[in-house]
Amino acid sequence: MKPRTDSRKFKTISRRELLKLAPAVVLGAFALPQLQKPLLRGGLRFSDWASAALFRSGHLAPTFAESDLTPFEKFPINGYDVDDPGVDFEKWTLTVSGSVQRPGDYTLAQVQALPKVRQNTRHVCVEGWDVIGNFGGVRLSDFLKTIGADPNARFVSVECADDYYESLDMATAMHPQSLLCYEMYGQPLTRKHGAPLRLSIPTKIGYKQAKYVMGLKVSHVLEKAGYWEDQGYSEFYGL
Amino acid sequence: MATSSSAIAIEDVKTGEVTETVYEHPFLVRLCHWVNAVSLFVMVGSGLQIFRAFPSFGAKIPQEDLVNWPKALALGGWLGGALQWHLTFMWIYVATGLLYVVYQIFSGNYKQVLFVRRDLPGVWPMVRHYFFFGPKPLTKEVYNPLQKHAYTSAIGLGVLSVLTGLAIWKPVQFSWLAWLMGGFHLARLWHFLIMWALLAFVFGHLVMVILHGWNNFVSMLTGWKKDPEYDSE
Repeated sequence: MKPRTDSRKFKTISRRELLKLAPAVVLGAFALPQLQKPLLRGGLRFSDWASAALFRSGHLAPTFAESDLTPFEKFPINGYDVDDPGVDFEKWTLTVSGSVQRPGDYTLAQVQALPKVRQNTRHVCVEGWDVIGNFGGVRLSDFLKTIGADPNARFVSVECADDYYESLDMATAMHPQSLLCYEMYGQPLTRKHGAPLRLSIPTKIGYKQAKYVMGLKVSHVLEKAGYWEDQGYSEFYGL
Repeated sequence: MATSSSAIAIEDVKTGEVTETVYEHPFLVRLCHWVNAVSLFVMVGSGLQIFRAFPSFGAKIPQEDLVNWPKALALGGWLGGALQWHLTFMWIYVATGLLYVVYQIFSGNYKQVLFVRRDLPGVWPMVRHYFFFGPKPLTKEVYNPLQKHAYTSAIGLGVLSVLTGLAIWKPVQFSWLAWLMGGFHLARLWHFLIMWALLAFVFGHLVMVILHGWNNFVSMLTGWKKDPEYDSE
């Protein structure tokens, strides 16, 4: 069949045609050094917002059989600075502050008086490796009740003996699997694994599992998200 | 047969020469193609930088690196930077992929690309033509059966790249997805392998574009293809 002729003008470019190039402009913006940083920070924030929206308080992280456990000696020791900041166990207390009814110093015995939980959960590092560990401790939610944390507060932050710091959104802090952990594999925490007290949050990425916890603060506004977050990592990083 | 291949003749104002031209690719398809291609490039580059942080699929202790991937072939500079690129462009990658699939379905344009059962007999003659110097089979469609197979597979791989990525990013919220893939640990391996499968497609795709000439490339930019080889009714 002979093709019909057409009167469209192919050599001129209309405003509408130009508008079609807008996506190229948007992608091109990522190549500009001044715009790249804010755009990527925006993307990260959007991902964090989506992560928080995807988080379900009642949904449990998978738990594993004893036979699935990574042997204790193969559970990596990750510290950002030192493996053992030399905590004085005799003098150690957990200093509670912020929007709580009962602030002050709590001893390890006071923490351990709460109901004990043991669970085999997966520890996922932001680098990509993962291990399954056994963690024993008390529910962070139980401890928050003990200290009379404001139920409308939004964040729980921790300070560590090695000057590491971390934070959790309240929904994650109240999750039934979120632990103030003082045991791994049935033994008291070793110094390198964060003795005497660390976080074990199976719904969060590895860098949120702060070790050698010294202080805990409940707040409505987040003053600082965390050490790695301040370097440019995700603030929420829920799994 | 091909849904969008209504040919028109264009007369060159200066020479008076008339060429047959076919509108092959609607705007949305071209938009999604290019933006998705760029985002795939960013996802691969940043993904390889993320991989550099732990270039293994085994245990952390003892760690046996699979390969020392060069930093020059990665994007983001460091793990945190690469994650920013990855977590930003994944939205663009998914959005253009979704928009493409939805548009294809509702416009009916998918018939041009989707590999279906009746394309099956045409695969071998095309393979014979491409790889064993066989005669070129006649086709009345925009894409030959082998092309349809490649494009349909690529779209399937794209879907899998997103699903495996979701299983790695959210192994708790989408624990069923991670479970389907054999757990978080294996999902990471699938995610990696699917990336290579996609890169293999891109490589083949580029080779074909180069071999097959300029017209194909232009048609994905403007939508119009001059002198199509197929019989455009």
